Amino acid sequence: MITQIPLVYYLALAAALFCIGSFGALSRRNAIAVLMGIELMLNAVNINLVAFWRYGAADPLVDQAGIVFALFVITLAAAEAAIGLALIIAIYRSRDTVNVEEINLLKW
Amino acid sequence: MDVSTIIAQLLFFLVAALTLTAAFLTVLARNVFHAALALVGTFFGVAAIYLMLEAEFLAIVQILIYIGAIAVLILFAVMLTRGLMQHDQISFNHQWAWVALVVGTLFLGMFILILQVPWLQSGAAVTADTVPSLGQQLMTTYLLPFEVVSVLLLATLVGAFIIARE
Repeated sequence: MITQIPLVYYLALAAALFCIGSFGALSRRNAIAVLMGIELMLNAVNINLVAFWRYGAADPLVDQAGIVFALFVITLAAAEAAIGLALIIAIYRSRDTVNVEEINLLKW
Repeated sequence: MDVSTIIAQLLFFLVAALTLTAAFLTVLARNVFHAALALVGTFFGVAAIYLMLEAEFLAIVQILIYIGAIAVLILFAVMLTRGLMQHDQISFNHQWAWVALVVGTLFLGMFILILQVPWLQSGAAVTADTVPSLGQQLMTTYLLPFEVVSVLLLATLVGAFIIARE
């Protein structure tokens, strides 16, 4: 499997996924949809980390930094989703909206 | 090109097409609930990519954490804040055209850059199961970051509880 698919394919897929995710994060009006865009971007970065581990490590068994890094990114994504959604629900309780254009109290 | 190469590449393109279609649906779906379901599809596609890269443990973790925890959390949040985004409302803000232009340019730039670099052609063969040595390294080389991340998760748990509490 690994000798038959060039690394470029994985990098192109990750780049496309990252761009789709950033489009969602920057252009959606629903705060939860913005969070989903950020999750897509984190996934794209993880694909890159794992692909570089698989193709770059001299001995993938000994040097597993890519996998460990991807694991930490997944953990941080979980933490970010939990805090983000808690914030969204708290804002929804007090302001009755999840539209990021209407949440502008701190905007100068 | 022999038959196994063609099959492997076809498989990759199939998984990549599914992942990207689900990602597009996530970003473009007007209904946020449908977007969340498409997000689950994207996570499955990325897990399949991990399997192709011979990172089995990460594929399982992806399904457990992303689909089992994050996607369910997002679905709950969508259901708790429902009835606000009506279907006839526009789901994009006024700057979406500019964002699409910038993001498209960014992708083109990255794609051209990726094609120009002479990447490594193939990785070294994985001779044994990667999971035991991964666990060993998490407990030796990467012990400090591992512990810091667990403290961070605890802080997140407490913080999310305090923020979301009435």
